[in-house]
Amino acid sequence: MPDPLATIFRREAGRCTATLIRVLGDVDLAEDAVAEAFAVAAERWPIDGVPPNPGGWITTTARNRAIDRLRRESTRTDRHVAAHRLYVEDREGVARDRDPEMDDLDAFVDVVPDDQLRLMFLCCHPALAPDAQVALTLRLLGGLDTGEIARAFLVPEATLAQRIVRAKRKLRDNHASYRVPGPDELPARLQVVLATVYLVYTEGHTATTGDDLSRVALSREAVRLGRVLTELMPDEPEAVGLLALMLLTEARQPARTAPDGTMVRLADQDRSRWDRSLIAEGHDLVRACLRRNQPGPFQIQAAIAAVHADAATAAATDWSQIVALYDQLHALRPNAVVALNRAIAVAELQGPVDGLAAVESLDPAPLDDYQPYHAARADLLARAGRPDDARAAYQRAIDLSANPTERDFLERQRAALASR
Amino acid sequence: MPQYLISVWHDEPYDDLDWASPDAQRREAQVSEFNARLEAAGAWVFGAGLRPASSATVVRAGGGDVSMTDGPYAETKEQMGGFWVVQAADLDAALDWGAQAAAACEGPVEVRPTEDA
Repeated sequence: MPDPLATIFRREAGRCTATLIRVLGDVDLAEDAVAEAFAVAAERWPIDGVPPNPGGWITTTARNRAIDRLRRESTRTDRHVAAHRLYVEDREGVARDRDPEMDDLDAFVDVVPDDQLRLMFLCCHPALAPDAQVALTLRLLGGLDTGEIARAFLVPEATLAQRIVRAKRKLRDNHASYRVPGPDELPARLQVVLATVYLVYTEGHTATTGDDLSRVALSREAVRLGRVLTELMPDEPEAVGLLALMLLTEARQPARTAPDGTMVRLADQDRSRWDRSLIAEGHDLVRACLRRNQPGPFQIQAAIAAVHADAATAAATDWSQIVALYDQLHALRPNAVVALNRAIAVAELQGPVDGLAAVESLDPAPLDDYQPYHAARADLLARAGRPDDARAAYQRAIDLSANPTERDFLERQRAALASR
Repeated sequence: MPQYLISVWHDEPYDDLDWASPDAQRREAQVSEFNARLEAAGAWVFGAGLRPASSATVVRAGGGDVSMTDGPYAETKEQMGGFWVVQAADLDAALDWGAQAAAACEGPVEVRPTEDA
């Protein structure tokens, strides 16, 4: 694919697919049609030039091709198509069965911004398993092909393709609607969408598996989806909080690995390598959503990331504010990982002995298989002057680590301990 | 309109359940109320509670022979305790009925679409 087309594809594929699903009432039909339209574009644009509204051109071409195909195959597939058509609501919110034949073929297809929201809520329907939600979101909204998604998550391509086919079939068999949830359902449904986008981001960012290139694609796609969400739902502070959290985390990306590829802890990062424009944008968003005074987990995590970003050096970090934010997060969403992070912040604020006491007071059961728990304990034990206990904790962390860069880091920490 | 089976599940055999207990009485009242809501909304197609799985008989017919065996077909601990067939505009509406059914029965339900008529 030539470069300008690739850029347009990245930007427009999800949007066009979202609209075509509304127009055609069928996910597979829409996907095929958009792929076909991009193939036509690849032939024509280098000769005719890129049209002024490429997204509209793709959508209209895709619609017309799909209808041509439906007509050609009508005797064979009419009943099949009618039976499997998604329930589509028009703009007045009235459900109706769309008949593509009734539409004026010459009309330019409007790209309705809400279509992308409809598609997000469809891909992240709570009736689907989380891994299917992620796969479907990346496939339909991100335009990533199954090979790319499979490589990023280190699953065989056939498994991933099967996962997507099953998810689409489940939505179809269950007569899932193509709509934005109403006000009473919205909070719960939005939470699933946000969690899915964040899962895509964290997989790209911290990635226990997969090759580097596909991971970068995942982070970038998650940030793009975050931007789309905040554009379409500017009044949802948690959506804004999620975008801010991703931007502030992404800003630290250049400093997370040393030139030799080894991992660098937040405390040891070269802060001059942090991306200042991402930090500035993230800060603005954090401030904007905090002003609404409807705190939620993503906003609080973004605020924590903003406090880190504010500190010129690791030593200058305002740990009392970070402890307070973790307290707030824990009050909202009590869980073991939040409690652990709070204990680590306490260690920075009051010293390793207090931090260790906070870590030891946690219920170890839910944390026993969690690598960062053992790595944090090891670090605090070492700093509290208990090298033998620290060594054992490092060993446990090393055994649990699935990421070679991280394992290498932990092994070096343990070796430094031995030479002391 | 699409139809869905909402089945009610028990984690254990419920042969010895005391239907006169306050808990059972409360659930029964909740279920009657839910049934009334289904009827009022025009969503009711059919529904019934089931006697415990130990009351089931498996019947097979093939090659002109009919054979019968005692017991439920599925050899699982979990048992279906009752079901509804509802009609709903779409999945979300069906899941909403499912949520109300689960609340009424105070236990998990499974929502499953029927094959298109």
